[in-house]
Amino acid sequence: MLLIPCPYCGPRPEIEFSYGGEAHLARPRDPAACDDAAWGDFLYARTNPKGIHAERWRHAHGCGRFFNALRHTVSDQFLITYRIGAPRPEIAA
Amino acid sequence: MRAAFRMPAGGRIARGETLSFRFDGRIYTGHPGDTLASALLAHGVHLLGRSFKYHRPRGVLAAGSEEPNALVEIDRGGGRRTPNLRATEVALYDGLVARSQNRAPALSFDLGRINDFFAPLLSAGFYYKTFMWPRRAWRMLYEPLIRRAAGLGRAPEAPDPDRYANRFGHCDVLIVGGGPAGLMAALAASAGEARVVLVDEQAACGGSLLDETTATIAGQPAPVWLAETLATLNARATVRLLRCATAFGYYAENFIAIAERVTEHLADPDPGLPRERLWQMRAREVVLATGATERPLVFPGNDRPGVMLAGAARTYLNRYAVRPGRRAVIVTACDSAYQAASDLAAAGVEVALIADLRDTLPAVASDLAARGIRVAAGMTVLGTQGGLRVRSVAVAPARGGASVRLACDLVLMSGGWTPAIHLFSQSRGQVRFAADLGAFIPDRSVQRERSAGACRGLLDLAETLADGARAGAAAARAAGFPVPDLPRPAVAGAITPAGFHLGLCPRAAATRAFVDFQNDVTAKDIARAAQEGFHAIEHVKRYTTTGMATDQGKTSNLNALALVAAATGRAIPEVGLTSFRPPYTPVTFGTLAGLSRGALFDPVRTTPIHPWAEARGAVFEDVGAWRRARYFPRSDEDMHAAIARECRATREALGLLDASTLGKIEVVGPDAAEFLERFYVNALRKLGIGRCRYGLALGENGFVRDDGVIGRLAPDRFHVTTTTGGATATLDRMEDYLQTEWPDLHVWLTSTTEHWAVLAVQGPQARAALAPLITDIDLAPAAFPPMSVRVGHILGVATRLFRVSFTGELGFEINVPADYAGAVWEAVAARVAACGGAVYGTEAMHVLRAEKGYAIIGQETDGTVTPGDLGLDWTIGKGKTDFIGKRALALPDLRRPGRKQLVGLLTTDPALVLEEGAQIIAGPNPSPGSTALGHVTSAYPSATLGRSIALGLVAAGRQRLGARLYAQTPGGVAEVDLVSPVFFDPAGRRIDG
Repeated sequence: MLLIPCPYCGPRPEIEFSYGGEAHLARPRDPAACDDAAWGDFLYARTNPKGIHAERWRHAHGCGRFFNALRHTVSDQFLITYRIGAPRPEIAA
Repeated sequence: MRAAFRMPAGGRIARGETLSFRFDGRIYTGHPGDTLASALLAHGVHLLGRSFKYHRPRGVLAAGSEEPNALVEIDRGGGRRTPNLRATEVALYDGLVARSQNRAPALSFDLGRINDFFAPLLSAGFYYKTFMWPRRAWRMLYEPLIRRAAGLGRAPEAPDPDRYANRFGHCDVLIVGGGPAGLMAALAASAGEARVVLVDEQAACGGSLLDETTATIAGQPAPVWLAETLATLNARATVRLLRCATAFGYYAENFIAIAERVTEHLADPDPGLPRERLWQMRAREVVLATGATERPLVFPGNDRPGVMLAGAARTYLNRYAVRPGRRAVIVTACDSAYQAASDLAAAGVEVALIADLRDTLPAVASDLAARGIRVAAGMTVLGTQGGLRVRSVAVAPARGGASVRLACDLVLMSGGWTPAIHLFSQSRGQVRFAADLGAFIPDRSVQRERSAGACRGLLDLAETLADGARAGAAAARAAGFPVPDLPRPAVAGAITPAGFHLGLCPRAAATRAFVDFQNDVTAKDIARAAQEGFHAIEHVKRYTTTGMATDQGKTSNLNALALVAAATGRAIPEVGLTSFRPPYTPVTFGTLAGLSRGALFDPVRTTPIHPWAEARGAVFEDVGAWRRARYFPRSDEDMHAAIARECRATREALGLLDASTLGKIEVVGPDAAEFLERFYVNALRKLGIGRCRYGLALGENGFVRDDGVIGRLAPDRFHVTTTTGGATATLDRMEDYLQTEWPDLHVWLTSTTEHWAVLAVQGPQARAALAPLITDIDLAPAAFPPMSVRVGHILGVATRLFRVSFTGELGFEINVPADYAGAVWEAVAARVAACGGAVYGTEAMHVLRAEKGYAIIGQETDGTVTPGDLGLDWTIGKGKTDFIGKRALALPDLRRPGRKQLVGLLTTDPALVLEEGAQIIAGPNPSPGSTALGHVTSAYPSATLGRSIALGLVAAGRQRLGARLYAQTPGGVAEVDLVSPVFFDPAGRRIDG
């Protein structure tokens, strides 16, 4: 079981968390201004990298808060977690 | 029966107490401290079981958890029958009942032995080759026969009556293995404040030190040093010793699974104790001190009872005071066997010969020669002879020359030692092949872990102790606890087990030369697999099943690798190593399941009305985690009659439904209205206080996700309901948007699903029924119109009263705090009965809403349905510039003509109820490959309409109204007419009461 560092509560076991998909996909401010392709990308296009992945997690059975994490998809290791709204940290693979 | 092979003195057994036990019906005796294996060997019993495939007689090979042969069934009575336990690990207690396995009719005379004579037919992969034809015979004949003849033990038949516990543990340093390295690691790691846990699979800590009689540590005999060390550790409050506990799995982030056997070794355990306890231990730092396992030599007949690992013989002699035989021949490639020979000779066992496979004898050989023991270098072993016990062994010079048969009742062998890297490998650590050891050792750690002692190839006792101290101190420091270096203890009188041999012995035949004892895999099987083109070790493993038995190849893996390497002309590292997977030793299902059995396996949610419904004989159904009353049959009613009566009563007079499972969310804050305006398709910002609106929530992809009723109680307070199944997901989605997309909105969400119980009172008599119970809310139509909410009291209990309907009738939903719901329900139910109404369940609820064409999200929808598909475009707020899903509704595919739309379906046969999911097709004989037009989503017999009704999604359904289509049924196609989904009261007048 992974140990996930919640930015608010500290390290907690994986079963307390729920996964929230890829991070840094902001909902467009004015959806009507998006063409169909852009909205389709927003809905469905995801990066699925082999390596560092920025993703959303929620400490569902703890503080209930969403946060972002950089996780390595090969080693399954959490490299860093950070609060919603903070920019993606620069980390070398 | 006299224990003729028990020494008069010595050993770690409590001779003062005699225990009696049964093996295959015969009564034997032993002492506390014995294992089943040692107690049987004390009586000269070596034959303990029959092998998996060939039913060959098998004895005790080893003395610990690596034992592949001596598997027994232990029966503790009352359904407590456990198969496949290793006799070498079963602690003896008074009254123990053990049985051998895989034999018929008796262990000494086994008809299955005939498999051994057909061995050429049953070689590697035989089941892929031999039983191929005819096809039918496999299922009818071959498989049942093979299953009866092969296999390990019998599964217990009765439900497991024992209790199992589960515990989460945390520590700074976890040490796995209580041998010399582990004990030193614990001493060093616990010198400061660190919380240290030491796990050992045996009942007594000490590992190899438990067998030690000659070595001294720090000037003391090893047993004295061991006792003092354990006393020191026990006295430290920060140290926890877990005995009879196997660390069987190493998972991510230093998460270790440990199975602790709590009562298994006790004759009369406290019934309050669990049988086993699963520890889920999270450690800051881990020290693996898992030791090493001795390897057998591979030669014909190396599996005969009386053929044993040299180190195991030493264990039985020194730890259990048991002579494993009278006349021994020792074949070895490793110096440690000389220690065994020395101890056996001193105990009066005749050592006929030490045949060393190596060309040069080790220095220790001269000591034994000086005591009159024959020692020969450059030898090999060609086979053993005997029936149920070894009678003689054939040895010969390795480079050619005549062989000699030596009479003996004990053959001890040592092919060297294999570091136990299982847990290290499970931790994803990288291993490397150490050519000087002939084994794989840990190379690079991935987790916060370090190996110490024999499990990383340090077989010398002094080095092992020093390595343990180093690793323990390093672990404590890495966990943030400063500790001093321990002085390196001086060691004397120990033999370092140098030397090894891998693969088949020189000149020995490969037939019946066993590599994997438990799965009956021989050197010949492996050679044949290589011949047939299986070169990758993972393929050889699966084809021959070597290493795939319950012992996971602890004694066999390296010999198998060496044989593959030899057969394919490669070096062992090129052949590779198979993966080690949890569990290290078998774990009972009970331990893994813990308390999650019976009612706790999948806990059920019930409403406050549940006891009332149960007392009235309601029939329940599971709806997600909820258990809901489906219908309330009277004594003479079947399900259909009960539902028909409940529906009629509701339409004609009154119905009462427990709707407490509805999801409820309290949405509060200055921006609550703005938030709901964005979350739902409806116009909610200007919703009046005391007013309600049907709310439809979409995903960003434009498809319907949930619906409910939104009631405004105050400018900044809304009572929002969701579907029963969508409650959690809707709250989560609301939280998601508030936290991540719109953090500027000041809104607070609280789940009130379990706070409010909901009584749905529906039917023409609803107002009349409730009026006497509610004094502070005006129920008059003008004062309390449809889709409004009032706050007041019912029977003095605070209520939020909604005028909403999911039946099309005049309806109220009474929300009361759950703690008062039982009492309110009783009073309302009495009123309903007095008005000629009935309590109804979920099935009638479904029928009543279907008669009105109300869609259930999750029943009519499947995640690809838009509001327009459901005919709910009217719910979308006009002039709203944005809401979740709005942009997607403008995507071409969501506006495509011909999308499936919600329609009503009437079968031409009014008695026919379609099946939910049935396909709707254009003609009665669809051509192959043609596409269905849609499918049935709901179908019921309707008492109100006197016929069956159905809802469905059909392509361009609203344009096809009036058309005749066809539906698939189990009896062929049925004609259906497409109609409006509103079957009853299309004008919607009844809702006004």
